[in-house]
Amino acid sequence: MAEDLPLTAEDVAEIVAILERSPYRDLDLATRRFRLRVTRGEGQDAGFTQEWQWAGAGAVSDTAAAGVVAADDPLAIGAPLPGTFYHAPQPGAPPFVAVGDEVGPDSVVGIVETMKLMNPVHAGRSGIVAQVLVPDGTMVARGDPLIRLAGPAA
Amino acid sequence: MIRRLFIANRGEIALRVIRTARRMGITTVLGVSEADKASLPAEQADEIALVGPAPSSQSYLSIERVVAAASAAGCDAVHPGYGFLSENAAFARAVGAAGMRFVGPDIATLEGMGDKLAARRLALAAGLPVLPGGEAETPEAVQARAAETGYPLLLKAVAGGGGKGMRRVDRPEDLDAALAMARAEAQASFGNAAVYVERFVALGRHVEVQLLGDGTAALHLGTRDCSIQRRFQKLVEEAPAPALPDAARGAIEQAAVRLARHIGYRGAGTAEFLVDATDFAFYFLELNARIQVEHPVTEAITGVDLVEQQLLVAMGKPLTLTQTMIRPRGHAIEMRINAEDPDADFRPAPGTVTRAAWPAGPGIRIDTHIAQGGQIPPFYDSLMGKLIVHGATRADAVTLLARALGSLAIEGVATTASLHRRIAADPRFIAGGVDTGFLGGLRP
Repeated sequence: MAEDLPLTAEDVAEIVAILERSPYRDLDLATRRFRLRVTRGEGQDAGFTQEWQWAGAGAVSDTAAAGVVAADDPLAIGAPLPGTFYHAPQPGAPPFVAVGDEVGPDSVVGIVETMKLMNPVHAGRSGIVAQVLVPDGTMVARGDPLIRLAGPAA
Repeated sequence: MIRRLFIANRGEIALRVIRTARRMGITTVLGVSEADKASLPAEQADEIALVGPAPSSQSYLSIERVVAAASAAGCDAVHPGYGFLSENAAFARAVGAAGMRFVGPDIATLEGMGDKLAARRLALAAGLPVLPGGEAETPEAVQARAAETGYPLLLKAVAGGGGKGMRRVDRPEDLDAALAMARAEAQASFGNAAVYVERFVALGRHVEVQLLGDGTAALHLGTRDCSIQRRFQKLVEEAPAPALPDAARGAIEQAAVRLARHIGYRGAGTAEFLVDATDFAFYFLELNARIQVEHPVTEAITGVDLVEQQLLVAMGKPLTLTQTMIRPRGHAIEMRINAEDPDADFRPAPGTVTRAAWPAGPGIRIDTHIAQGGQIPPFYDSLMGKLIVHGATRADAVTLLARALGSLAIEGVATTASLHRRIAADPRFIAGGVDTGFLGGLRP
């Protein structure tokens, strides 16, 4: 898979050193496996950049980018970021909210675990929990409706 | 000898290990989850082996699956990188039981240092100063500990590292809620919900010492300062620690070496200290028994390839380096470019990188697995690359850093680059020697 050695950091630094002494602005190098562009920035004191593109990369379906759903349910609290939605602070603990609970804008209604961090989901407004739309432990995309509120609390 | 090395990790550190292994003539087999099959490390490794589905609990954190994959691939050693299973004694034991070498310290060291309370006891036995605090199982026990340490205090995961499962608590009434969150994060990150309580030092600096040991001899490769943190995760690291009196630096380095000798440390490790920014008193925090994210700043000033040293020690070779051979030169600074939105409370920003123009040139090193079209899956941590600069003096390094940040351009996901530009322009940072409260005082 990796017979032709990619350029090392030292190689790139050498390319920059050569470009710096030359009248050229950039170097564009393409092989079967990768394309590398080394470019001088605009302006007098600008640095150089390296941009890599790999033949194999980018072929995967981008689940993360495609998942953003427009919150078409105006009464629902949407996921603030993609991740795993949990009803309770830890397994076995009581859920943050249940149907019929009254919540305020700062009430925590669940947790979205993303990149191993627990991010509290705030209700964002006042209301009464009408329905929990997503089961505990479900992968959700950003904007996915999680909990529906019934009208503002009196 | 190590001929076939299994890499039980992902991202930039997987690429970093591949680079050194290749230079040493070692074949690499990268364990990948379903989400990482088309990643840059997967493309660069000699071979790949599937370890499971995307969620790390079923792939990178599954001892059974990782060991099975390494065995099936006929590997004779496993490099765990950082995070995931890198400091898991059960993993190291399973690797050994399957007839492979674990690139890391002895199992007894992992057991002693993986449990932060045991680490405190070992450090005390080695004569190192530690902060007041201790373990607490229940909310009531935590309240009792809190009464001893006072507020503000820190809740930390016993099995922790990398800031996960760590919470600062300022008032008694916030304790129960913070405890629940800390326990949940500790469980999710380390499979162990236990936490302990420690006094919080208001004006503290985070200074650490890079160690190398072969079980008999131990030496240090100088200090690093990692005081610029958010949510207790490091954002900027530099070597050597700036604005530290020589006497304090020497005492910290010697304390770290004393601990390494006391436990007969094998491999690369880092002793972390909290240094009081006002009087330079220091307290041992923990010993990270693995390669660190910020290891490149030490490599820059010492010229030592730390991954190579890890592999040599894992092969059973004695250290050929001695303390007098370590002659740090110049100053290096690393900034972590994370896929996070610094303007939205560092919210993780997974997605597809549409453009990745990383700085280039003399004195600049980029460790990244993200090129154009690179994926940042929502399952793992947000580190997408590290910018490391090395100059003859700290002032040179700061100048080079600002210039490099000026040319860095990542598109498609939010990154911490904008925050780093503000840090690099801050007079306190330019002067050097800031404390862990630095970020709170940063101008918007």
